[in-house]
Amino acid sequence: MSDIFDITRWRPAPYLPEAEARDPALIFVIAVLCFLACLTALGALAGDRGARGWTGQLVGEATVIVRARGGETPDAAAARAAEAMADVAGVTEVRALEREKAYELIRPWLGDVADLDDLPVPRLVAVTLDRKHPADAAALDKALKAQGLDAVVDDHSIWIKDIRRAAGVVRTISLAVFVLIAGAAGAVVAFATRAGLAARRDVVEVMHLIGAEDSQIASLFELRFARIAALSGALGALAAGLLGAGLRLIGGGEGITPALPIAWIDLLAILPCPVLAALVAALAARITARRLIQGL
Amino acid sequence: MSRNANAAGDASADEILRFTNVSMRYGRGPEVLNDVSLSLPRGSFHFITGVSGAGKSSLLKLIYLAERPAAGSFRLFGEDVTQMVPRDLPMARRRIGVVSQDLLLLDHLSAFDNTALPLRIAGHKPADYRSDVAELLTWVGLGARMHALPPTLAGGEKQRLAIARAVVGRPEILLADEPTGNVDHEMALRIYRLFVELNRLGTTVIIATHDQDLVARSGRPVLHLEKGRLNPLASQGPGA
Repeated sequence: MSDIFDITRWRPAPYLPEAEARDPALIFVIAVLCFLACLTALGALAGDRGARGWTGQLVGEATVIVRARGGETPDAAAARAAEAMADVAGVTEVRALEREKAYELIRPWLGDVADLDDLPVPRLVAVTLDRKHPADAAALDKALKAQGLDAVVDDHSIWIKDIRRAAGVVRTISLAVFVLIAGAAGAVVAFATRAGLAARRDVVEVMHLIGAEDSQIASLFELRFARIAALSGALGALAAGLLGAGLRLIGGGEGITPALPIAWIDLLAILPCPVLAALVAALAARITARRLIQGL
Repeated sequence: MSRNANAAGDASADEILRFTNVSMRYGRGPEVLNDVSLSLPRGSFHFITGVSGAGKSSLLKLIYLAERPAAGSFRLFGEDVTQMVPRDLPMARRRIGVVSQDLLLLDHLSAFDNTALPLRIAGHKPADYRSDVAELLTWVGLGARMHALPPTLAGGEKQRLAIARAVVGRPEILLADEPTGNVDHEMALRIYRLFVELNRLGTTVIIATHDQDLVARSGRPVLHLEKGRLNPLASQGPGA
């Protein structure tokens, strides 16, 4: 076939070269940053879920330590305590633990004891609370005192407070890291755009000279860097998604650790990554290109 | 002569550009053009001469709107350039063809695509300009090199390619900065004849050159610059 009839030779070539030597390095750097940003987002979601799960469990339970006094046996005191708390609003179940179970709980501190009868092991009463409207420690304490019982109520409020504070710190740090990484990705794209424009100053100059509007020239670079960033974002998100899916498959609902329980739905959080990366790149390219054009 | 540059008072319907006491500087540097006044009629053909640094390229840059005057008045196509807002400039530039000293060809585009650039920028469809561009390239002697990339072209071919790109949009003014600077004498003459042909078709041609031999043989009017000033004694012909 003659060259003159080869239709592909007559198709207008893109204004900018389709690929530059620096593109693979740029794609790699942006993809790594997007990967880290996605991992941070996944980590933040999993950490938040972990903290909520722990506090949820603790909010639903309280433990009461009952000491027998006078001639009352520990079993009788525990039974009375259970009976006293059963009627408190916000309590769904009350169960007095046997002496052996109470001993199992304190054994790490006491070690093995040959004869439990010689040991004044306090009795424990496990209280299951209504998750929506749980009874508070004061209400339980009031009910116990009304029955003249020597008891201490532990509604895990100190633990819950600490866990909530830890979850808040994890969320804040994750958000800060995410913002930093997104900012770094934006800065890299802006830097690359500037370098790309400097390298393609010839195109900018020629187009400017032949009457292209500033927006026409800027849009070339916007599109180019948005495409590169979208591809990089997709690669980074894919890698993070595969890692997240791997952790979910290996560790089940708890991920690799109960502190970071990954859910399948968390993986949806990384879907916007390519679009966000493209938007950041397009914005950086537009600002940089317009500044350069105005300087011509 | 009715159209005299230094009598820059009469606006003529045939006038394509008019400088009145124009000065120009780059940034805060010294003036590179000083108190230049001239008027060029449509369809005229002028050479701009002067030693290096005399201001030839700067004068061309003013005309193709790459720079703005620091002082004075500059009217182009009947409009006051100093009153133009940035968004007006691209449309005005599309009426001007420029052959820059360093040609400014895009190495990743074929000769055909380089030539077609102004038409694409102006929004024309490939189907509309394909045959025109091919015809133009044939006319400048590059019919067989249409799909060649600029780095594979010889110096004279690049020069003609730059000219083809400058004229493809049928500009009203064609500006050429040292268009024969890097070619042999024979090629210089061929390029000159090309400009003459374009001028015959109605394009106003302004060529900045060092080539005194070409200027002398052409018999065309000359605008001579010395240290940024138009020298009326050395200048000759309409507009001078």
